[in-house]
Amino acid sequence: MVYIAGDNVITSLGFSTAENIRKISENVCGITRSDDKRISRTPVPVALVDSDRLEKEFAKIPSKKQYTRLEKLAILSIRDALLGSGVDPSDKRTGIIFSTTKGNIDLLDPDMASRYEDHRIHLWSAAHEIQQQIGNPNTPIVISNACISGSLAVLVGQRLINNGKFDHVIVAGADIMSEFIISGFQSFQAVSEEPCKPFDKGRSGITIGEGAGTIILTTDPPNGKKNSRITVMGGGTSNDANHISGPSRTGDGLYFAINMALAEAGLQAEKIDYISAHGTGTGYNDEMEAKAIAWASLERKPVNIFKGYIGHTLGAAGIIESVYAFESMIGNLLFPSMGFTNLGVSKDLNIIKTLEQAPLHFCLKLASGFGGCNAAVIYRKE
Amino acid sequence: MGQLITKLKQEIIEVLNLEDVGPDEIEAGAPLFGEGLGLDSIDALELIVLLEKNYGIKIDDPKKGKDVFYSIQTMADFIEKNRL
Amino acid sequence: MEGCYISRSCSIIGTKVLVDGQTDFNTEQVVDFNTFIKSVYKHYKIGFLKFYKMDNLSKLAFLTSEILLMGSGLQQKYSPEDTGIVLINSSSTLETDNRYYLTIKDKSNYFPSPAVFVYTLPNIMVGEIAIRNKIMGENITFVAEKYDPQFLYEYVSLLMNEKIKRCICGWVEFERTGSCYESLIYLVEKDDITNRNIKFDASFLEKNYLDLKA
Repeated sequence: MVYIAGDNVITSLGFSTAENIRKISENVCGITRSDDKRISRTPVPVALVDSDRLEKEFAKIPSKKQYTRLEKLAILSIRDALLGSGVDPSDKRTGIIFSTTKGNIDLLDPDMASRYEDHRIHLWSAAHEIQQQIGNPNTPIVISNACISGSLAVLVGQRLINNGKFDHVIVAGADIMSEFIISGFQSFQAVSEEPCKPFDKGRSGITIGEGAGTIILTTDPPNGKKNSRITVMGGGTSNDANHISGPSRTGDGLYFAINMALAEAGLQAEKIDYISAHGTGTGYNDEMEAKAIAWASLERKPVNIFKGYIGHTLGAAGIIESVYAFESMIGNLLFPSMGFTNLGVSKDLNIIKTLEQAPLHFCLKLASGFGGCNAAVIYRKE
Repeated sequence: MGQLITKLKQEIIEVLNLEDVGPDEIEAGAPLFGEGLGLDSIDALELIVLLEKNYGIKIDDPKKGKDVFYSIQTMADFIEKNRL
Repeated sequence: MEGCYISRSCSIIGTKVLVDGQTDFNTEQVVDFNTFIKSVYKHYKIGFLKFYKMDNLSKLAFLTSEILLMGSGLQQKYSPEDTGIVLINSSSTLETDNRYYLTIKDKSNYFPSPAVFVYTLPNIMVGEIAIRNKIMGENITFVAEKYDPQFLYEYVSLLMNEKIKRCICGWVEFERTGSCYESLIYLVEKDDITNRNIKFDASFLEKNYLDLKA
């Protein structure tokens, strides 16, 4: 059995899980309009982590080393998640997994790069800095698999505990705002001029966010800590095998991943209480997801999407949004999908618009990404 | 117009990495998408970049792109009409 | 846990293509990667025009996989979900990241390229292999400073035990300046299809890689 011993998220909504959930409960949106020409030629909605606060929080850590923005986010997140988790980061039996799409991509800029060693731009180097700072003895396992990286990191952590390689795994993910990413998605005409509207009729693209998330996995049974009631039941990954940037038109890949997750969890679709969808806000992704959900006989299940609050946090998304799902399950709360008003997909999904209470025991978390990849993870609340 | 058509053929061969395709193999009036050259959605986006980079014409609405990029001929007609 | 077998391996390094450890093609002359990889594509008569749109990392991974799968009858024996793909590399897509950066760094000549941007994720090389072969099973891309055959063996074995029946797995690295590239991909199956009794285990993978680099 793989339990959750601790977690943390750092996003445009704040620096702790509690702070994030409080803001979500208060309908606070982390998306702002940025005029910063360093990230975009034209004004664009983005979800940024408060830089001043990031420096202030990080200054509390006694360290003479210089860390990048990405590394600071991840280090702060892991340290907070470890507090009260009962997991010792220096234990050889504690693994560490890091998920990111572009790592220290800001180091492509020569001015930034000159402050660090050449190899720091490598994803494994960023992970190494993080691992060293938190005092873990194992080589980090780095996953870079587009927008499903975070979900994959949870699954790989679960699998490595189940096969006995580790007793605990620190699963952390992070991605930072950059012109690289914004311009790239703009070249795909995939960036919405307004804050994203997942599954909505008026949706017109993604809103990029930045952030970090950490989930501490453990084989230790629950000890009364609130999140240790959550277990990772299983999951699956798949590939649409259709196109490198456009998702499957039928949802077959994601449907298959959902079935793999249900099979490993030993559950019928009927038992799922709540779906935390990927919902990027593009025409194609949301429609594909809707098809997959319906195909898996989950069409009437409550679904929500968090990207309307914090944007698409890329390599951290699967982890951050899973943590939000944990809080939902613990509180038996279905949070509204910010940005959603009118259904804009071909399946009659039950998208949460206002805060609801419901008994939540089994949650399905979905993710899809460039390269045709999909991931589905099932969490259970004891 | 003839010169523009020839130029466009060279440009799309280069920009879209159409290796082993010669300009004489592309018919000006033939559809670029679907069968034939096998162009896809990413190619369509690159054609939008081409239009802006080489001809200073910006296409903001991707739906408009469908008509403009139907064939080399429609592209040439559009450029003649809109070039700066 | 039952063991698996290596049905075939393929490697592209320097001027050579090796299949099952033996040189299958050698351009002899040291040329730039672009020239080299095109000659490999033509030699093996791949006939897949989308190849030319790929970035260098994906070209390397794709061709290694194509040659690996020649004559193996992949689609006849397995359903799409039964085959997985697990690849590891060190530089992620840094070489392509640099190329993309060139399309945005000069603000007076600012034309971000979608065709280059899409390849700035290391899992795209997995996607290309999946699309070509209609492979829909478990897939993942890891990034590590050095190739770790022990880890590859452990993770693929885990998947073979629980999730898939065949795995295309290995190491595909394209260094950021393009000065060095190497790929080593295995076709791993539950049964000893080729009757060569090559067990899929970490020590074989380690030795295989050392032999390659020697």
